[in-house]
Amino acid sequence: MSDQLLIIAGLSAGTEDKPILHNIDLTVGAGETHVLMGPNGAGKSTLGHVIMGDPIYQVTDGTITFDGQDVTDLGADKRSLAGIFLSYQAPVEVPGVPLYSFLRTICQMRPELKTTARKFRERVGKIADQLDIDQNFLTRELNVGFSGGEKKKIEMLQLLLLRPKLAILDETDSGLDVDALSIVSRGIEAYRKECDGALLMITHNTRILERLTVDRTHVMVHGNLVADGPASLIDDIDAHGFARFEDALAEKAEA
Amino acid sequence: MAETTDTTRKKSQVADINRSLYDFKMSEEGYERYADGLSTDIVRAISDKKDEPEWMLELRLKALAAYEEMEMPANWGPSIEMLDLNHISAYVSPKTKQASSWDDVPEDIKNTFERLGIPEAERESLAGVGAQYDSEIVYHNMREEVADQGVIYTTIEDALHDPELEPIVHEYFGTLIPMRDHKFAALHYAVWSGGSFVYVPEGVTLPYPLQSYFRLNAQGAGQFEHTLIIVEPGADLHFIEGCSAPKYYEANLHAGAVELFVKDHAKLRYSTIENWSKNMFNLNTKRATVGADSIMEWVSGSFGSHVSYLYPTTFLQGARSSCEFTGITFAGATQDLDTGCKVILNGPDTTASVDTKSISKDGGINTFRSSIVVGRRADRACATVSCASLMLDDISRSDTIPAMDVRNGSASVGHEATIGRISDDTILYLMSRGCSEGEARTMVVNGFADPVSKELPMEYAIEMNNLIKLEMEGAIG
Repeated sequence: MSDQLLIIAGLSAGTEDKPILHNIDLTVGAGETHVLMGPNGAGKSTLGHVIMGDPIYQVTDGTITFDGQDVTDLGADKRSLAGIFLSYQAPVEVPGVPLYSFLRTICQMRPELKTTARKFRERVGKIADQLDIDQNFLTRELNVGFSGGEKKKIEMLQLLLLRPKLAILDETDSGLDVDALSIVSRGIEAYRKECDGALLMITHNTRILERLTVDRTHVMVHGNLVADGPASLIDDIDAHGFARFEDALAEKAEA
Repeated sequence: MAETTDTTRKKSQVADINRSLYDFKMSEEGYERYADGLSTDIVRAISDKKDEPEWMLELRLKALAAYEEMEMPANWGPSIEMLDLNHISAYVSPKTKQASSWDDVPEDIKNTFERLGIPEAERESLAGVGAQYDSEIVYHNMREEVADQGVIYTTIEDALHDPELEPIVHEYFGTLIPMRDHKFAALHYAVWSGGSFVYVPEGVTLPYPLQSYFRLNAQGAGQFEHTLIIVEPGADLHFIEGCSAPKYYEANLHAGAVELFVKDHAKLRYSTIENWSKNMFNLNTKRATVGADSIMEWVSGSFGSHVSYLYPTTFLQGARSSCEFTGITFAGATQDLDTGCKVILNGPDTTASVDTKSISKDGGINTFRSSIVVGRRADRACATVSCASLMLDDISRSDTIPAMDVRNGSASVGHEATIGRISDDTILYLMSRGCSEGEARTMVVNGFADPVSKELPMEYAIEMNNLIKLEMEGAIG
């Protein structure tokens, strides 16, 4: 199992008053692309946040191992530096923090990305071009007043700059128009190609998956991982929905 | 977590600084120090030492009488009961003459200002510098090209000995802040010492700012500097004052007075970065009067002191004159800062815009008072006040007290106040990109303060960011 990048074993987690995730087992190998699907409220985003280390959620059982290290008790900052990246559904606005200097700060704190101001400017410029981001954006305040699509592009910009080993994309495709969607897809493709990183895509939308080779599909219902399958599982869900997984879980609970 | 990662990460942010930058004490050996408390003898001794004209001595004695007669402010803001004026020395001076070259300043005093970065700033970005150490100015110098334009930048003491300047000082001194304004104004006029006199002749624009730095080194002492600035018609000046002191366990008192006269078609920007130590009672009075078509801009960063009473006041007398006030206060543990801004709009078509931020943490208390007065003649006057507060924990406190007195029906006055906290989502977002919790909080607070630091010259903006970082690190350590 040592070649696995992310190993989640027997993980249960929730907020103080409410258990949400139940006994989750999930592994992602280096460079693999996994898709996590499930109806609204199934706990997909919660799983993404728990892997990132969001302190609102407490792990009550099980472990998360990343790149050979037990990260279950580490803060989000340490997990980020270890190579985990989470792209948010709704990235927060941080007034007064210029985007460019923020990007510079988060890169300079990583020994592997540390570089001169000039090389950094070139790198950012190149990635911004790749994502059709106007250079003027870089002087603006982090996410402040950005449209939904613009925020997602800035998330992709950070993804490509930070080159994480694992990227969790939490409904990065939701609420985007066709143009923005194609740019975000381009970003994901670039990440797969240039960084050879692993992906865990949380999504409802199968369209963004068309241009990706999916290695594994997981289905979550009511905080349980109920199915695990090849890419073809996506087509199956597309055609029949989640009803049969929900029924199966209910039967299991009764038994 | 490994120590080393932390160190590297800290260095990737602005410049590193530590408390020792402000919090170092120099020996008081060889000082001239007057007895604590106040008496006619002490006031006469100060006046004698300065070899003042008779009118100034009379003014001092009158102020002393007013001081003795007036009550301590009651029912106003944070308590100043701890301030025992019988244990404050009104005059403490290092035995040195004022120099115009840093080489002539005594070594330990020169070191103090070196550590505060003053000579360096002077070389790089200032038109002139005055440096006060306890009660006396120890250094004063101005670039030749500025002096050639007729700009005067000196001490009030020196101006009083100059036959051409003495009448100007006499005409303006004490006219904007009356000695009976409050008890500490009376105290100020009785024992004032040091400060600056600036005169910018008609039509002259200074290419760089002038800066006065006030350092209070002596324990249990008071600093009572007087700043008098006259900006003649069509002239333009940026004046910066900086203040700091080491921490002692006894109370120190700062009761300065700033009188600013801005004539017609002129502009004055007055920037302050104040970092008094947390045993300081900062009871300071600042006032400006502004002529027609002129602009008064205040930029104020208040970080230090135990208790502050500070409400810079602007009289917009001339038509179409304007006042812009941009300020930030940061109250940490043991600090109770009562600050604000007062604008009196008397001329027609005058405008005032007040934009302030306050940050409270570790039980620190911020009170922001704004007072907008629109006079009868002030047709179409327009004033907006906006105050945003950030509280970093549940034990801190922030209050906003707006007052408006509008006596002209065509005026428009607006007020807006917001109080917020740093959201957990924001911290998570920044942490998930690699920032530690402390770095994330500092980043958010710096961002909150950004509208103020943008108004400051680069070096002071960096100093302010460093002060914020310092305060924030204190929280987490």
